[in-house]
Amino acid sequence: MSLEKFLSQAVSSWMNEDGPSSEIVLSTRIRLARNHHQYAFPTVFTQEEAEQTAEAVGAAVKHTGYPLEELKMKELQGLEKRVLVEKHLISPNLAEDSGASSVWLSDNEDISLMVNEEDHLRIQCLFPGLQLKEALHKALEIDDAIEQHFDYAFDENYGYLTTCPTNVGTGLRASVMMHLPGLMMTHQMNRIIPAIGQFGLVARGIYGEGSEALGNIFQISNQTTLGKSEEDITEDLLHVVDQIIAQEKSAREALVKSSGIQLEDRVFRSYGTLRYSRVIESKEAAKCLSDVRLGIDLGFIENVSRSILNELMILTQPGFLQQYAGGFLRPVERDIRRASLIRERLEMDVSKDKGGSDI
Amino acid sequence: MMCEQCQERPAAVHLKNVVNGKKSEIHLCEVCAQDKGEAFMNDDGGFSFNHLLAGLLNVSPVMKQSQPQQNRRQTVECSGCEMTFDQFLKIGKFGCPKCYESFRDQLPPILKRLHSGNTVHQGKLPERQGGTIHMKRKVTELRSDLKALIEQEEFEQAAEIRDQIRSLEAEIRDEGGGADES
Ligand SMILES: [Zn+2]
Ligand SMILES: [Zn+2]
Repeated sequence: MSLEKFLSQAVSSWMNEDGPSSEIVLSTRIRLARNHHQYAFPTVFTQEEAEQTAEAVGAAVKHTGYPLEELKMKELQGLEKRVLVEKHLISPNLAEDSGASSVWLSDNEDISLMVNEEDHLRIQCLFPGLQLKEALHKALEIDDAIEQHFDYAFDENYGYLTTCPTNVGTGLRASVMMHLPGLMMTHQMNRIIPAIGQFGLVARGIYGEGSEALGNIFQISNQTTLGKSEEDITEDLLHVVDQIIAQEKSAREALVKSSGIQLEDRVFRSYGTLRYSRVIESKEAAKCLSDVRLGIDLGFIENVSRSILNELMILTQPGFLQQYAGGFLRPVERDIRRASLIRERLEMDVSKDKGGSDI
Repeated sequence: MMCEQCQERPAAVHLKNVVNGKKSEIHLCEVCAQDKGEAFMNDDGGFSFNHLLAGLLNVSPVMKQSQPQQNRRQTVECSGCEMTFDQFLKIGKFGCPKCYESFRDQLPPILKRLHSGNTVHQGKLPERQGGTIHMKRKVTELRSDLKALIEQEEFEQAAEIRDQIRSLEAEIRDEGGGADES
């Protein structure tokens, strides 16, 4: 399979659009947790209840008229599930389950409904760039449509009842994926992360709690789901994200001013590493991709598309590497594959741009 | 605008905070914002749920009551899924929607800790199932309008609002009072 064809299948099409503030915000995600009032939560439910729940969700989804397609976990291969996880369309938890769990996906993968994960239903909408209001609007619209044929577990005091008490109330998790190399290079993230904690928000590196942020990518999201309206939650988040964007921009400006040539050198060294290395570990690849993306944003690099970081961060993970290779790969083989996939991808951009000469 | 905490440096962090429907705005400089943030995060540095629950067990007044009450707490069992409150604390997850009703007495301190002091939902209501809850919310809204109008001595308008409240309340009674306990 040619890389171009593989890319078109591997990268969700919503990701290729440039959204607002896309030089810093990669994507926006809204998730709503919902449950049926009659069945036990996935924590304790029986196989029979799991199947009944899945059936009830399925019936309601079909009634909405949204053209969504169901993928059942028990019918997918391990590698296929892994790819869905790497695209953030399902959670690792859902992939582990082979009972009555499934995901409903839209054609361009901007809508994903997880069935029988931690909750009976999780409605997820993904948008490129910073589009919190748009994403919320869409998720609430789907929520309304599903509710017409599905009795939610809802309490006058506690709102939407969820398996975990951290989600009760709105069931809303709004998150924004941000690329923050300027704040990392100027050592400001240590200051910002605790500061936003007190406002019911949290920032974490994209690859899970505890681990350091890979590729300077952070996910900022709300912690509080109870006692605030959906609009207030997203507005508060937007407010903080706007401030982080402003600080990232001024950090970048300060870096260019104080050490422009060193920054440019760093960007092109990373670009060189990506274009010419033969073996590359994921951590190094993430660091270099972040530098190259910054180089594109600052105008140092012109012939590489802006979505490169988003795209290659996903493509160079084990599931995709193996899918591209068409079989199982040992870790060393993955590092080799990763290097060649990145080289190929960058050459694609450079050759498209006939005017730009090779470096 | 100056920082509300130290009144020394210009405020750089402006945020709205909502606790049980009451809005407040906080304006802090970066230094004070950081201090506040660190106090909040303390030393575990993370937000793992187990940490939070462990913290709750030590801090919550419910947990520190006398022995007999503590025993009662441990044996509270959900009428729907038979999960006990103790099991819930161990796994940090409910077993079914009825758990919320069964553990109603134990939940407020936990929810307060998890949701910045909030215990009451202020967000969306389900359109179809919302039923009388929509009307009850409207009544609450109208009551605060009414209060304001009386304070402003706008008695004519106040009378109109009062009648609206009465007719809504009658409607709520006709619908059987509460929303279904799902
Ligand atoms: Zn201050
Ligand atoms: Zn229960």
